[in-house]
Amino acid sequence: MALDKEIVARIAKLARLEITESDLEVMSQELSQILSWIEQLEEVNIEGFEPMTSVVKMDLKVREDVVTDGDQADDILANAPERKDHFFVVPKVIE
Amino acid sequence: MAGSDDMIGLSIAEMRDGMSLGEFTALNLAEAHICAAKNVKELCGYVTETPDQAKEMAVASDARRAKNEVGALEGVPLAIKDLFCTKNVPTTAASQILSGFRPTYESSVTANLWRAGAVMTGKANMDEFAMGSSNMTSYFGPVQNPWRREGDEQAVAPGGSSGGSAALVAASAVPGAIGTDTGGSIRQPAAFCGVVGMKPTYGRCSRWGIIAFASSLDQAGPITRTVQDAAIMLSVMAGHDPKDSTSVDIAVPEYEAALTGSMRGLKVGIPSEYRVDGMPGEIEKLWAEGADWLLRSGAELVDISLPYTKYALPTYYIIAPAEASSNLARYDGVKYGLRLSNDDLETQYAKTRGTGFGAEVKRRIMIGTYVLSAGYYDAYYLRAQRVRRLIARDFEQAFEKVDVILTPTAPHEAFTLGDKMDDPVAMYLNDVFTVPASLAGLPAISVPSGLSANGLPLGLQLIAPAFGESTLFRAASSLESCAGFVPRPTIVAGPN
Repeated sequence: MALDKEIVARIAKLARLEITESDLEVMSQELSQILSWIEQLEEVNIEGFEPMTSVVKMDLKVREDVVTDGDQADDILANAPERKDHFFVVPKVIE
Repeated sequence: MAGSDDMIGLSIAEMRDGMSLGEFTALNLAEAHICAAKNVKELCGYVTETPDQAKEMAVASDARRAKNEVGALEGVPLAIKDLFCTKNVPTTAASQILSGFRPTYESSVTANLWRAGAVMTGKANMDEFAMGSSNMTSYFGPVQNPWRREGDEQAVAPGGSSGGSAALVAASAVPGAIGTDTGGSIRQPAAFCGVVGMKPTYGRCSRWGIIAFASSLDQAGPITRTVQDAAIMLSVMAGHDPKDSTSVDIAVPEYEAALTGSMRGLKVGIPSEYRVDGMPGEIEKLWAEGADWLLRSGAELVDISLPYTKYALPTYYIIAPAEASSNLARYDGVKYGLRLSNDDLETQYAKTRGTGFGAEVKRRIMIGTYVLSAGYYDAYYLRAQRVRRLIARDFEQAFEKVDVILTPTAPHEAFTLGDKMDDPVAMYLNDVFTVPASLAGLPAISVPSGLSANGLPLGLQLIAPAFGESTLFRAASSLESCAGFVPRPTIVAGPN
């Protein structure tokens, strides 16, 4: 299916990507081309086949519900563009 | 002591032997390969070189050897794809959005390498976030393939996404490197650069500390100049890791022991669906030749069918972008890396991500967001997951009849650097032969097997059942010895 500029702008908003007006045009063409190529999957009969969510036949491991690490606030904040004490700083969200 | 040039071009196995005989030290090797990096700078293979760290690690390695503590990769210099987090060493995924990021932790796979004594020469260039088949999408500029067409000076693409790793190994700037493979990102650049590239079974290597692209597909693997070296490296890289819930808790064999050189008793499947429209005759010819070599090494050839092959690429281009759009949501300008604008939080997110991600990454985030969005999820994502099961079932049925499958690695030789950039789908078709095994989670290896009419390397791919790496290495070493491939890249670090 063809994606017009309006749909592309809506997806960009969902994806939190700022995209310029001229790029919207290019992207709408490219994404439409990719999607129409992808749509050949419609011809596959998938009746009776469950979605494959894991390629390895294994049960997810279960472990004791205990704390195994922590106390690494300095490490976690080490790369933050802006921080104060042990907090990430962002622009004010609530007036 | 051997001269510096004598150490360039040695295999990992030869370095191991040379050090144990006292012909040279880890420090000699490190210094030779720091120099080698300078000689091939034009390739743009490294994002970050780490000469000081290399020397420090080499000195520590020599000290261990003096105490008779010798790991499987003791003193061996290796390049690390810049997708692996390395403690205190900048890690970028070749993206602007991670500028300035220095991990405070080490990925499990690289930790395994260092524990075995390996020495890091630097972080290898790649396609941004491992999304690409050309290395053109790196924020730091494209990697060049060290090979050139005969009588032509034009730069050739190294393939991708692990193009820096493959180019550095091909140019003898390192004997080995690690890469990651999501849909062919180890095997396709290995084929383009004339080196060995191996993707293990999904779950064989821990994904912990590897910057995530598509979590149900990503696997780490070695890139080397010989099959034996790939086997040595994988034995070190692989293993269960409690920090990755999808890493598998089964013993890792000594893969080197599998290299018997004989194909006796092995059945090799030749899938008819890998003959694609427009494939050059030289690829088909090499494939037939490869089959014949394995036959003469004692294998039995079996015609097989993998009927859903043609749906693998479109399936991949739903699943991988869907997972990527989710994984890349973490880059928000708050926790690490680039941050633009300080107006309000929503604007900050959009500006940071709109500028920090390159065109191909944005394209994939957009596709992923779309196929996961309300109203389209069933039609695209769920359908793709169900087709994925059919693709995996193709392989399961084939492996009831055969032990390994032989195919070409890529549908053509390496293209000119910068080509195919205006047509995303044409670029995606590079991975037509590598994506099916990725979707099925199977181990696969590309072995350099011949030259195109233009004098560029061509690879053949072998695929084995899940956790059949030993069989895979065994068949690959047979293929390697029959092919007798002689590398002759134009740009090389040393004298050979």
